[in-house]
Parts: sequence; C-alpha cells; structure tokens
Amino acid sequence: MKVGHMKIAFRRPSVLPGFGVTLGFTLFYLSLIVLLPLMALAMRTSDLTWSAFVEIVTAPRVVAAFRLSFGTSLVAATINTVFGFIVAWVLVRYPFPGRRLVDAMVDLPFAMPTAVSGIALTTLFVGNGWIGRWLEPLGIQVAFTWLGIVMALILIGLPFVVRAVQPALEDLEIEMEEAAASLGARRSQTFVRVILPSVAPALLTGFAMAFARSLGEYGSVIFIAGNLPMKTEIVPLLIVSNLEQYNYPGATAIALVMLLTSFVFLLFINGLQWWTRRHRMKGIS
Amino acid sequence: MSISVRNINKRFGSFQALNDVSLDIPSGELVALLGPSGSGKTTLLRVIAGLESPLPGGSILFQDEEVKERSAHDRQVGFVFQHYALFHHMSVFENVAFGLRVQPRGIRPSRKEISDRVRSLLALVQLEAFANHYPRQLSGGQRQRIALARALAVEPTVLLLDEPFGALDAKVRIELRRWLRRLHDEIHITSVFVTHDQEEALEVSDRVVVMNHGRVEQVGTPEEVYNHPANPFVYHFLGAVNHFAARVENGRAFVAGAELPAPEFAGRAAAAAVGYVRPHEIEIIRQSGEGAAIPALVRMTNGAGPMARIDLERIEDGEAIEVVLSRERFEELELRAGETVYLVPRRLRLFADDAQSLAQPATV
Repeated sequence: MKVGHMKIAFRRPSVLPGFGVTLGFTLFYLSLIVLLPLMALAMRTSDLTWSAFVEIVTAPRVVAAFRLSFGTSLVAATINTVFGFIVAWVLVRYPFPGRRLVDAMVDLPFAMPTAVSGIALTTLFVGNGWIGRWLEPLGIQVAFTWLGIVMALILIGLPFVVRAVQPALEDLEIEMEEAAASLGARRSQTFVRVILPSVAPALLTGFAMAFARSLGEYGSVIFIAGNLPMKTEIVPLLIVSNLEQYNYPGATAIALVMLLTSFVFLLFINGLQWWTRRHRMKGIS
Repeated sequence: MSISVRNINKRFGSFQALNDVSLDIPSGELVALLGPSGSGKTTLLRVIAGLESPLPGGSILFQDEEVKERSAHDRQVGFVFQHYALFHHMSVFENVAFGLRVQPRGIRPSRKEISDRVRSLLALVQLEAFANHYPRQLSGGQRQRIALARALAVEPTVLLLDEPFGALDAKVRIELRRWLRRLHDEIHITSVFVTHDQEEALEVSDRVVVMNHGRVEQVGTPEEVYNHPANPFVYHFLGAVNHFAARVENGRAFVAGAELPAPEFAGRAAAAAVGYVRPHEIEIIRQSGEGAAIPALVRMTNGAGPMARIDLERIEDGEAIEVVLSRERFEELELRAGETVYLVPRRLRLFADDAQSLAQPATV
C-alpha cells in the first residue's frame, strides 16, 4: 500500500515512459563516476587515526593553503560575477558586428589547456612582460603572488558566469523594463529593482560554478603562483606534492577536508538559489 | 487631461508605421484605437507613452504641454501591456507599490501611505485577498487587473492600454472589458486602448479611432463609425459585410441585376461603384417587385442563436451573400435550401470608384 502511494506521489503519467530506467541509470552512473572515487578517498583517510588526521590538516602550511585557495577563489568568482554579467549583457542586448566571434571567444578558457593559459598569463605579468613592466614600477607585483592566482582563476572562471547568465538575460521581457520606466523608475532603479532580481538565480549559479572550478584549478595556477609554501601554495598543489612524496594519507586527509568544505559551500549557494527562486516556482507546479 | 497628437511620423527601417498622424483625445474619454495588425495603432500608443520615439517634427501635447522630448519615466502615463509585464519576483502588493517606491525621496509617500494606497487600489480591482500572492499564481484576468492597479498607483495623467484583453479567453475578455468600462465611469481618467477587435471597440469606448496603414481613417463615436463609415475600409473593418460591384447613374444604382434608388448620386454621371450591405440590413422576400430585388439561391440556413443566419448565392454571378434575420421572420419565411428568393437591401452604402469612372458620357 505504502509503496503504491509513493509511486503516485512522484511518478506522474507522461508521454515518454522510462522513469525507472533513467533513474536507475542516473544513480548507477553517478555512483560509478562520482561516489566511488570519493568513497575511495574517504577509505584511504580512515587509515589515519583521528589525532593524526587533525594534526595533518591543522598544520600551519596546510591552513595557509586552504586560506589562499578559498580566498582567491572567492575573490575571482566575485569579480567574474560582476564582469561576466556585463559581458553577457552586451552579448544579449546589443547586436554589433562581430558579436558571434566575441560570443565564441568566451568559451576559449574552456577549451585551452590550463597550462597554456597559465604560461601565457605568467609571460604577461612577470617583471619584463607586456603588462608586468607597467605594473612593477607602481609597486604592483602580480606574477608569483596571490594576485597572479586571482588573475588565473578569473580567466578560467569567466565562461561559467557568462554562460549561466546569458539565457536568463535572453528570457528577460523587455516589457518589464518598459513597465518600470512608465511607472517612473529611472534606469538605475529599473536595473536594481527589476533586472538584477530577475537574473539573481542565474548569477548565483554562475558564481557557484566559477567558484567550484577555481577551487579545483591546478594547471594554470601553478605557473603563475610561484608556489612558495605559506605564501602562494594552493591546496591542489599541496595535495600533489604530498603524493609525490608518497605521503598518501597526508594527501587524502587534505583532499577530504577540501571536499567537505567545498560541499558545504556549494550547499549553501544552492540554498541561496532555492531561496531566490522560491517565489517564481510557486504556482508553476 | 487631453492628448493631442500632431503630424507624427514613425518609421521602422523602410516600414512607415505612422504616416503624418494627427489626433485629438478629449479629457476624460475612453478611446479605442482600432485597426488590423500593422496599422500603426500600437506604435501610436507607444509614441504617446514615450516608449517609442517618433521622427523629428510634429508634437505630442498633454493638455497643451509639449511632452515629445520627455522620456517615458517623466510623462506620468499609466501603461498596461498585453502580456501584463508584471514583475515576477515581486508579490502583488510590491508590484502595485513599485511606482510609489521609486519616486524621489522628497515626494515619495510614507510607508503607511503607500500601504494604504496599494490596499485601496487592490480593493478597486477587487483583488484585496491576493496581496501576498505572486503573479504566476494568478489567472490572466487577475494579472491584467493587477497590471491596471499598478499603472493607476502613480496617479497617471493618462492611461494607455495595449491590447489589454488580447491574451485572455473569450468569456473573461468580455467580463473584463465591461468591468473596465464601469471602472472608467468611476475614475474618469483619459484612457486610450488599442484593439483589433471591432466588437470590443464598439462596446467599450466613447470614441473609436479607426486606423489603417499608419493613418487615421475615421474618428467618431461607435454609432458614427458603425452607421456612417467614412470609406470602404472602415465599412469592411467594422463587422460582417456583403459587397457588390455596382454602377451608379443619375440617382439610380444597378446592383446584381436589381435597380435601386441611390439619391446621393443624383445628377452624377455614370460611374463604377462598390455597394456595401450589412447582413442584418437585407430583407428576404418570395416575390420580386419590378426589378428592385436581387434574385438569389438559398444554400444553407442556421437557426441556432438569437438571430438566424442564411447563406445565399447570387443567381447573376454566383457570389456568396450572408443575411441575418430575426427568429420571428426566419420562422415565418420557412426557407429551404435550394429555393430561389429575392433580396431587398434596406440600407445600401455606395462608394463611387472615381478612378474607374465609366467612359460612357452622362445621358442627362
């Protein structure tokens, strides 16, 4: 009886059957691709005693790396959210010659090997690079500092924001803006009160994806970061160097903390998204 | 507040949407802009609202005050969109309050005043109970009423409605337009609404502006435009019509084998003309009276509804004719498909086709 009732609750009759098959496949696939490796990670960590685990993850070098990774990722994702929005706005709102080309260029960071972007950025920002030679006299050093890491993360995170926000902006009814104008709203008011809240969920998605990607980024960062322990050493690099020293328990312990923290972060952002979307979803179901 | 439009032109690429349009809308009236799609009616409304900028030249006056150079947010117009354009992320209350909340600090009402004003507007549109709902939870008719309340919140000088009932189903549409008429009788704000539905325009408005090809064809009360259409386009557009190729000569009209009086053409030379008769302005008789009737063949009768509809075919050229009769007359006649009857137009409206005047000289 109970089972039959459950079925009615979430299985609605539909034109395309196959709920059972597709759900089964989804669960199996996700287990195989995502859960299994994570399980292995947790298993390896369980070789450690609790005190050994705590000792590893609270070592000053590890804490500094965590702070750097999360800090730079947050800064980069925030900057990307602002400028990604502007890029998406321009691409959606204004038909200009070469728009398709610019649109395609947005995806380049997706396609480029990250090491290539890292090397390219380093060449630009070192003391005698094209940009570095102008910044260095001003006392701004980008390459081999946390600023360089942020630069690399901005580069690889931008497409996530643009691609997340673009469809939301395309769906925005121009009439809503006209209605706001006819009600006496100035442009800034229309933007803050009408446009921004309408695309907020998409902006949050873009932010979350750019942030998650930045946390895990390795290839482009290691070239520009300089990788000084305590200063410019990111968590993924720390994990790799632990592995290279055959310190598997150390590497997995750090990785596990990284994983859990990211998970909490993403859960929080998802919650925020749910909260902003809540109203519009009412009434649709 | 009256609205005057003077010599306004608007072009989209090579398409002339408004062609030297001039129009006066008296204060406090409810006016319909009526026309087929592409006639420029919506463009004219948007130009008045400031949502579209016309070509240089001409002027738009609100009570003798030039507003052409003012942007939409300075014109104090209420605008209602066909698809409501409500703010999805705001509650009904916040939607209505929007226009008040964005006012500059100096003139913005207090929180309490805003709340009172919104409540009274929601009462006006009979949706007090929905203040905390979101637009997606409302039906189309309810959304349009909220859109109207939102537009009225800023106490606009004029109210402009772009096909306000266009997205609603037939029954709701009729209810809502009657409700709008009653509302207008209460608040008397100068209102202009766009529609392509002649029935809607004739039923609701004080005055109808018929538009076609970016021009105003006729302005008048519903009775005037319906009973005295200025030209064939207006005649055609306002309801079902039968048309006949005709010839007028010296006060007589020759239509489909019948000779009818046409006093308005007395003393005129022979000319080609087009005759128009509305379906309910034709009498059906069994006996022809001296060539004054048009012989026709009954093809189909339909007695459902308050009026009976009869489809006929002219014997002369096989052209279709539609006639509408009262039930009593229909039952009295007992028409059968296939029988021959005679049609007498009670009101035949003739428009001489001057371009095609017959070569034949007048025989007066």
